Amino acid sequence: MLDDLDRRILRHMQADPEQSIPDLADRLTMTTSRLTRRLEKLHENGVLRGQCAVINWQALGYAVEVSLRTTLDKTQSRAFDDFIVAARDIPEVIEIQTFLGQVDVRLSVIARDMAHYQEVYRTRILTLPHIADIEALMHVARIKSDESLPV
Amino acid sequence: MIDLDDVDRGLLKALARDATQNSGALGRQFGLSQPATWRRIKRLQESGAIAGRRLDLDADKLGFGVTVFLGVKLATKGQVSLEDFERAVTAIPEVQTVEHVLGMYDYRLRVVARDIPDFERVLRRRVMTLPGVGNVEANVLLSEERRPGPL
Repeated sequence: MLDDLDRRILRHMQADPEQSIPDLADRLTMTTSRLTRRLEKLHENGVLRGQCAVINWQALGYAVEVSLRTTLDKTQSRAFDDFIVAARDIPEVIEIQTFLGQVDVRLSVIARDMAHYQEVYRTRILTLPHIADIEALMHVARIKSDESLPV
Repeated sequence: MIDLDDVDRGLLKALARDATQNSGALGRQFGLSQPATWRRIKRLQESGAIAGRRLDLDADKLGFGVTVFLGVKLATKGQVSLEDFERAVTAIPEVQTVEHVLGMYDYRLRVVARDIPDFERVLRRRVMTLPGVGNVEANVLLSEERRPGPL
């Protein structure tokens, strides 16, 4: 299990993932080799899976982001599988989430502008299988996005 | 907006999977020298195409068994209430992301908790007491996948 030192390491890394191991060791007042051993252990037990670059789609010209909350026709036993497999084929879909609640599946869809969004929506989204209902939330701004866990 | 060629797109895709790869190893995959790869990555960072890094942690193994998305509708609107709400909601450690949206909700929150009773605590003590909060809808996350996007 994790101890307080592991949690401190993860807190610091979440706050600033780009800092180097020696800098991090300095800030935690521990030796680099001790920190490296701790990180290896966190990797080995699967707690720390890695680090991902965060892509800013707006900087790449994708100004529109829409969250599509879909409910599926559950009388179809393969509704979830069929829908998700087909949604994976749409390049503009950047996130697929399934839920317990009023929403069955949520898709994050990006587009260059509203005209492009309309095209994707009509030709790719509305043709997905087993949709019972779709609701759209248009993304305005990210107020908090670090996705840190309160370890 | 930054123009990307196929190599840039390949680099972005690779870094979104694993941001810790060094430019030498990455360059070999694309037939580039280490300095040329480094320059390309630097350009992607400086143009804002890469917004930063995110730690990929296994929430389950850290004891966070439940992720819930909340749709929040504000009861009162106006400059002051939006700012008050945003400031207060950003300060809740269990709230990982806050998005301002247009549609049937005003904000979309991603909340982590240890289990359902812990989530109830966060919801009652932290979220329902936020300034201006009105209707709240909860959907429990069952699965999620991030897609590479239109690269």
